[in-house]
Amino acid sequence: MTPIERPSAGPGLLPKSSFQLLLDALQSQGYRVMGQRLHDGAVKWDDIRQVSDLPVGWRDVQEPGRYRLEPSDSGRFFEVVNGPESVKRFAFAPREPLLMIERSHKSFRATPTLPQVEKTALLGVRACDLAGLAVQDQIFLHDAYPDPYYQARRENLFLVAVNCARALSTCFCASMNTGPKAQAGFDLALTELEDAVLVEAGSQTGQDLMQRLPLSPASDRPLAEAEAQMEACAKSQTRRLETAQLPQALYDAHEHPRWDQVAARCLACGNCTMVCPTCFCHTVEDAPDVTLQRTEQARVWDSCFTQEHGYIHGKNIRPAIKDRYRMWLTHKLASWVDQFGTSGCVGCGRCVTWCPVGIDLTEELPALLDKER
Amino acid sequence: MRQRPSAKKTKAVGRPTLGVFKFASCDGCQLSVLNLEDELVALGQALNIVYFPEASSAMQDGPYDIVLVEGSITTPEDARRIRAVRERAAVLITIGACATAGGIQALRNWADVEAFKRAVYPSPHYIDSLTTSTPISEHVRVDYELWGCPIDKAQLLRVLVDLLAGVQPRLPTQSVCLECKRQGHVCVMVARGMPCLGPVTRTGCGAICPSMGRDCYGCFGPAEGVPAGPGLPPNTTSLATRFHRDLHLIPAEVVRRFRGINGSAKPFKDESHAWEHKGCDE
Repeated sequence: MTPIERPSAGPGLLPKSSFQLLLDALQSQGYRVMGQRLHDGAVKWDDIRQVSDLPVGWRDVQEPGRYRLEPSDSGRFFEVVNGPESVKRFAFAPREPLLMIERSHKSFRATPTLPQVEKTALLGVRACDLAGLAVQDQIFLHDAYPDPYYQARRENLFLVAVNCARALSTCFCASMNTGPKAQAGFDLALTELEDAVLVEAGSQTGQDLMQRLPLSPASDRPLAEAEAQMEACAKSQTRRLETAQLPQALYDAHEHPRWDQVAARCLACGNCTMVCPTCFCHTVEDAPDVTLQRTEQARVWDSCFTQEHGYIHGKNIRPAIKDRYRMWLTHKLASWVDQFGTSGCVGCGRCVTWCPVGIDLTEELPALLDKER
Repeated sequence: MRQRPSAKKTKAVGRPTLGVFKFASCDGCQLSVLNLEDELVALGQALNIVYFPEASSAMQDGPYDIVLVEGSITTPEDARRIRAVRERAAVLITIGACATAGGIQALRNWADVEAFKRAVYPSPHYIDSLTTSTPISEHVRVDYELWGCPIDKAQLLRVLVDLLAGVQPRLPTQSVCLECKRQGHVCVMVARGMPCLGPVTRTGCGAICPSMGRDCYGCFGPAEGVPAGPGLPPNTTSLATRFHRDLHLIPAEVVRRFRGINGSAKPFKDESHAWEHKGCDE
């Protein structure tokens, strides 16, 4: 993302009746526009060509272990907050071929298989997911060793954020300071108001795109309306994570009996890690062909909840479900802070919703920090 | 994890020999071998397929470097035959739910087989069968187990290629959910309230059923399970409790959920037993 070079014209208003112009402008700049579309009882990232592709007329209702779409008469473009997929898969692909290795004479040749990525605009990225992507960037684009596969995908993303107007029962971004307002890391940020969409640029590319839209300058009133909407969204959040005592308090809770209770419910299925915008564990697999002359090496999403993940030479260091849940939560909320200087949780609530048995980390953490039990 | 044999370590001269044997089964897993259409010629060049009655009338007695066994043990004759097969096999791999866990026919283990015989056959005394259907591993040592009804042909190919390469085959034990999420399918349990067995079922199928909007019925058998013990996966109890309390399956339905194609696999068997005598309010 390029920093803004030319002075910004400030936020602009796009009438909702002209919203198609934003899609057209992105497409004319060569972007494949993707957004959340209705799929199998939820929303998934898919091509958005016209406004009617957006899930208008629906809203998502989420609670631990349960996701439902319900009809909504709000007429809003971004009433559905999110689905199981964060934007992670667009940069850290679920399966990424890394190398093609071929035998040649008595040696071998390894050729990197960098992905051919088309320019993609993601429409409707929530603040929590931007925060998650920032964590992924920190991991894969760190220091002198940026991951070229991740980088190739990441550089081709144009991020259109949407500031949240509606919180789900599972949302707790306000307590993690990641939302509901998109703070950074976007090209454009939208706030959906009654009749218009407020558009702001967060990068030079975003600003250049804004120039292509028939925006009217936003007066104080819509700006105040947008702020009020986000403030109400933050206030309506019922879940929160109290992180003030972390990381130490969770290290101190290493032998807490609550781990046994949550382990009795946990399926070790790994769903929480798959839907988490920050989980980055992966394994590398070889796929040799029958003639044993060539093999493809690929990186695939892995999870700390699998048996294979805890296996080191000679033994499994995390055989029990309790070991795995404790490893995950302690890393996510505590050792992540030591490792990366930030929490591994962005408050999106996906691990709460998509846990098949509805385990809720906002319930587990206070129980684990309760010394009386 | 003990070191297991690989085909290269046997004393084979030239191409390793392969034998494919059938016991009580539907032949679907053997067909999966033949369905490897793109790779079959190359596989036939890498391996010497010397016993495969489903595919060829040329049958050699062995010994074999690699043996694939389909089907479960349901007759006294089969119980004898599998020992003879094992003696001639350097590496023995079970293919499919029948050979690995007893298969759908293991439902007989909960039923009166004599009554079945009388109901089905005019002259039941001609039928010489055991009262149980048991996996190959209850009779002889098994080196590798491929789950599934049927097996995944790509997984079979990987195992054979690994053996040819002289490395230990990788057989994932993790849940179906990981693959389901990697492929980006919406969870049928969370979004639609279907009693999916994916969280406690071994991956390998490619998450076929959830990709079609159907709940997994566990044809790849329990996830993990070795070692077994309290607090170790698969946590069938938690999933079964969710089915009953929140998805409103009555105990008899919970029993049927776990007592299917792999109903005799221990974690599924134990869970079905636990729900057999429960009332609806428990």
